[in-house]
Amino acid sequence: MLDAQNNPTRTYLDRRVEEFRAQVQRRIDGSLTEDEFRPLRLMNGLYLQLHAYMLRVAIPYGTLNADQLDVLAEISERWDRGYGHFTTRQNIQYNWPKLPDVPDMLARLADVNLHAIQTSGNTIRNVTADPLAGAHADELMDPRPVAELIRIWSTDHPEYQFLGRKFKIAVTGSPNDRAVTKAHDLAVRIVEQDGEIGYQILVGGGLGRTPVVGRVIRDFLPKADLLPYLEAVLSVYNLAGRRDNKYKARIKITVNEMGLEEFSARVDEAFVAIRPQFKGADQELLAELQASFEPPALPVRPTDGFEAARAADPVFRSWADINLRPHYQDDHAIAMVSLKPHGGVPGDASADQMRRVADLARRYGHNEIRVTQEQNLVLPHVAKDDLPALFAELKAAGLATANVGLASDIIACPGMDYCALATARSIPIAQQIAERLEDYEVEVGEMAIKISGCINACGHHHLGDIGILGLDRAGVENYQITLGGDAGPDLKIGDKTGPGFGYDEVVDAIERLIHAYLDLRAKGERFRDTIARTGAEPFKAALYDEEANRNAA
Amino acid sequence: MAKRFQPGIVSANDLLSGAVIYLAADGKWVSSMTEAEFITDAERAEERLTLAESQPEIAVGAYLAPADNTDAGPVPNHFRESFRAAGPSAPARKSWGIA
Repeated sequence: MLDAQNNPTRTYLDRRVEEFRAQVQRRIDGSLTEDEFRPLRLMNGLYLQLHAYMLRVAIPYGTLNADQLDVLAEISERWDRGYGHFTTRQNIQYNWPKLPDVPDMLARLADVNLHAIQTSGNTIRNVTADPLAGAHADELMDPRPVAELIRIWSTDHPEYQFLGRKFKIAVTGSPNDRAVTKAHDLAVRIVEQDGEIGYQILVGGGLGRTPVVGRVIRDFLPKADLLPYLEAVLSVYNLAGRRDNKYKARIKITVNEMGLEEFSARVDEAFVAIRPQFKGADQELLAELQASFEPPALPVRPTDGFEAARAADPVFRSWADINLRPHYQDDHAIAMVSLKPHGGVPGDASADQMRRVADLARRYGHNEIRVTQEQNLVLPHVAKDDLPALFAELKAAGLATANVGLASDIIACPGMDYCALATARSIPIAQQIAERLEDYEVEVGEMAIKISGCINACGHHHLGDIGILGLDRAGVENYQITLGGDAGPDLKIGDKTGPGFGYDEVVDAIERLIHAYLDLRAKGERFRDTIARTGAEPFKAALYDEEANRNAA
Repeated sequence: MAKRFQPGIVSANDLLSGAVIYLAADGKWVSSMTEAEFITDAERAEERLTLAESQPEIAVGAYLAPADNTDAGPVPNHFRESFRAAGPSAPARKSWGIA
């Protein structure tokens, strides 16, 4: 599919790899200083972190084929430490590459049309999409052709290589937003109005130190207006966005300072000038892209074997009930592959695991794999008839943890175990919480715990039912808790509960919150429903009221 | 007013591997903090940072990291430097038990 598109072209990728190879060589031989080299490496997704370089590779709209996943595995073994880390923006990160090897890594990626271009820097980043695109029963339209169109348009676009700050775009074609669209600088939601397909456009969302919920700037944009409208938004931001202060440079600040109305008026004005430049080539390309994202042919298969296995094997039933999502074709299912084993590092997969998932995708999943914003993998088209066999093989690979959407399905940023920006650790907190809740998380039910190791919020802590933000307070790790966030279509930023907790206290504190929920919930209520009904007070009491805790003990 | 000087060591990342390195008293770069030169005055710190910056083919992003001196040599006095010195605390492979 992606190979057929051949975007960006192999010639372009080869040229970029050789250009970077020469830049690395000039850095090593001393012709380039670090100050000169840094922006060049960042243009190729290469960061220098706490203990090593880190290479971030884009997985466009979270879609991979088996050959691509095999190559991601191979790269981790040949040039890294045999594992990769899947991120909340549908990227994979390698934590231990050596500088002289990176050009070879990029060349190998180019063999399967993958790259690390625009995974860093003040440019349009990897375009993300609903990870269940083209498969989920609730979808209006597959968002990936639009995401691919935006990717082609934004890759190496000369006007957007030096924006005031990074710019993140997400696309969804489902009313049940699984792409966190309202936390993006710009988002496209495919919608239907009077039988016509068009786009709702949102701007100015983002997390970080100033979390802002994205707002609708255009309720219904005709299909043919998409790229000129995006150019209009970008042109207004590029001129009006602040460059005097890095922390005020994102479009969310521009929109807030200018006001949505004024921002929108300027976009409309720019649009009038830009629209005539688009004469239909983009729409022809989109039509071609749509054809290449046709769903695989899915012959109808019996489901009695699946039902029988589900009835006979409680372990399989548990996995099926928790990790499957409804496919548009009843005799098929979407299989979520958890990268959150209890006690594991959220989002990490070993080379062997990646290869096994690739192999399973070939045999049971029409060669497709998806990467989710929750740091899991997905086989989007599996016949129910094949699920018992798939489950057995996932289990053998340590990939059958039945916890997707439960409390141990924690998003966590790399935190101070890897990241140079972090102010505290995230991963060990996630590991401990998952282990603590393992025995009763099914009883707890749907629960989103999200952990960031600094204010930049890569772990989406604002959006968790329970959010945890790790900070450095006078030289000691301290964890601030937020409650009531929601990453869904009606995105909500969680509220801070009060003083933070020490590294050794925070896991207990989270468990007190969970116990409070179990005590308070009415039948059928999820954590967020209970909080909506009771308010945060009883949960704050569970966190802070020592006397209550003593009595409960 | 200038920030009060804090004793410490000069650290950086190795250009080729990205690994954490420390500047020793003999001007060599070492991988163990305990072998680093413990710097107790601002003037010496300035001198050593200048030396580090003159070696861009080895060291990236050299800075003075606060540390405590012990009989065994300098040790971190902030958790960030402890993690830099020790590597990731999370047992990454714990979960990959393949049956």
